[in-house]
Amino acid sequence: MSIIAEGACFRTHPLCVREKAMFATDNIFKTICLICAGLIGLLMIGFFVQLAFSSVGAWKEFGLAFLWSSEWDPVSEKFGALPSIVGTLLTTTIALVIALPLSFVSAFYLVDLPVAIGKILSQALDLLATIPSIIYGMWGLFILAPIMQNYVQPFMVDTLRLGDIPIIGRFLGEDYNGFGFFTAGLILSLMILPYICAIMRDIFAMTPPMLRESAYGVGCTKWETTKDIVVRYGIRGLLGGVFIGLGRALGETMAVLFVIGNMTQLPSALFDSGTTIAATLANNFPEAAGVQQSVLFALGLILLTMSFGIQVFAQWYLNTTSAKRGEER
Amino acid sequence: MVFKYHKRETRRGTLTQMQMNNPKTDLRTKRRSLRFRKWKDKLVRLFSIFSITLVVGGMAWILLTVISHGVGVIDFKFLTQPSKPYGIPDSGIANALIGTLLITLGAAVLSVPPAIAGGIYLSEFGKYSKIGHFIRFSANVMMGIPSVIVGLFVYIILVVPMGTFSGFAGAVALAIIMFPLVMRTTEDMLGMVPYTLRESALALGMTRARTTICIVARAAKNGLLTGILLGLARVSGETAPLLFTALFSDSWPTEFFSQPTANMPVLITEYATNSPFEEMHAAGWGAALIITLVVLLINIFTRIVFRTRHAK
Repeated sequence: MSIIAEGACFRTHPLCVREKAMFATDNIFKTICLICAGLIGLLMIGFFVQLAFSSVGAWKEFGLAFLWSSEWDPVSEKFGALPSIVGTLLTTTIALVIALPLSFVSAFYLVDLPVAIGKILSQALDLLATIPSIIYGMWGLFILAPIMQNYVQPFMVDTLRLGDIPIIGRFLGEDYNGFGFFTAGLILSLMILPYICAIMRDIFAMTPPMLRESAYGVGCTKWETTKDIVVRYGIRGLLGGVFIGLGRALGETMAVLFVIGNMTQLPSALFDSGTTIAATLANNFPEAAGVQQSVLFALGLILLTMSFGIQVFAQWYLNTTSAKRGEER
Repeated sequence: MVFKYHKRETRRGTLTQMQMNNPKTDLRTKRRSLRFRKWKDKLVRLFSIFSITLVVGGMAWILLTVISHGVGVIDFKFLTQPSKPYGIPDSGIANALIGTLLITLGAAVLSVPPAIAGGIYLSEFGKYSKIGHFIRFSANVMMGIPSVIVGLFVYIILVVPMGTFSGFAGAVALAIIMFPLVMRTTEDMLGMVPYTLRESALALGMTRARTTICIVARAAKNGLLTGILLGLARVSGETAPLLFTALFSDSWPTEFFSQPTANMPVLITEYATNSPFEEMHAAGWGAALIITLVVLLINIFTRIVFRTRHAK
């Protein structure tokens, strides 16, 4: 039955009105959804705007030199970001140097295992990735730091005499108290391991079986297959995973805060106490006011920019990989 | 080894004719013995067994430490009494438990509806549109933003104007962290619903809105719940943003909107770092055990639910 053929007015016929109302709700629904989804973009931009706005005082006071000044003197209100930035980079580097090879070979082994055991282990790792960071921090403070102080660091410095070797000794430093960059890096590496390992495992598992089998067919060992075929196939995904782990290590607060020692000074050795941006924020914020508060916001902006850059890079890398093998999956 | 010299060729450019004629410079002649290669393979595998034991062992060590330190502290009084300053007997963590519950539930209430709507937009309307790509990208980026920054942000937009730390500000901070998580899982879960379902519903004359809510969302119900629960588990242990927003107090969380509100993560921080007393440390371990157990149980629970859904 045609509504229009009956000569009914298109606007007033009850069926048409109802249909229009239906489409109107459709549009409203779509708009609401769009607004809600857009919130996330707004939030992302809002973060930058708000932090930039709140840190104006610091940038005005110290200018761009804030980035490479290493002063930190709350009494005379002179602040510089360099110790925190260097500390952040240092702990992140230590964490990655430890976590990367371990997670790579762990993932290599996880894919290789019989399915049942591999699945259980992967599930366990995934579960462990969900443990709150404060638990790691507490464990680091009460268990790891004393062990480092009483056993590991004396062993490295006094027994192995690593401190006397010219270059390595310079890196390690001679004073140790269990806290500092080395301990923080260790805990961070333990924290980011499950993340990186999970991503690497997925990438390894994604490699088309045909590629692997061809490699076995020409006589490659498993390690050679992984190293020369799988890694080459999934290199972008692997790097994306590394960057996600990097982003995590960069902004981690609690696990680091407990064991870093919280001294705002330029690190001269691995066993030194120091600070990271996130730890400085959490540690100094409660009693900060005036210039110091805006300095902390400026540090927050620096951290946000760093992790934003890394996330963007990681997303771009992971996206291009998934687009590349979208057909094959 | 085919791949060996293929690799060399690509890395150093193709071999010139002269190089290939000279057996000393022809890289193809440089082969390694099978024994060496097998030995190397075994070595790497040994290293991977070692590393995976190290990883799982390290994690087990952490868990066992938390359990062994925490389990002795937890008793009925510990769970039902509010926290008190050092020296006063019968102190517990009940106020922090309730505070954390309120804050995380508040975060869920604030973030879940818009996050699901956003996920619906990404999956149903803007899947391939430019704005959809931008939103998906910003959600992914927001998932990796350090939580301490979220704390700073909420401090400026809520704590400063309200003039006080409050549990509500904490809930907002956690909601911001939860928002992209739930949105992305919603999108993924809705994406798994077969297209034929949507098409049948549309063919019956349903509008997009009704199709989405009554058919697609219902079909993906378990997945959506999984996303929400995992998001809750993730934020319930977040500490850094709460230091800037909810802070801590020894009282019951009665003034959720206008007073600092007790919560578990900050309680653990306070007891572990700002207190020299063994008793406080022990209470901190107890609280740590409870929060770890809750997070792990939520995760295991959702995994089991999700797997049974898959098996059907």
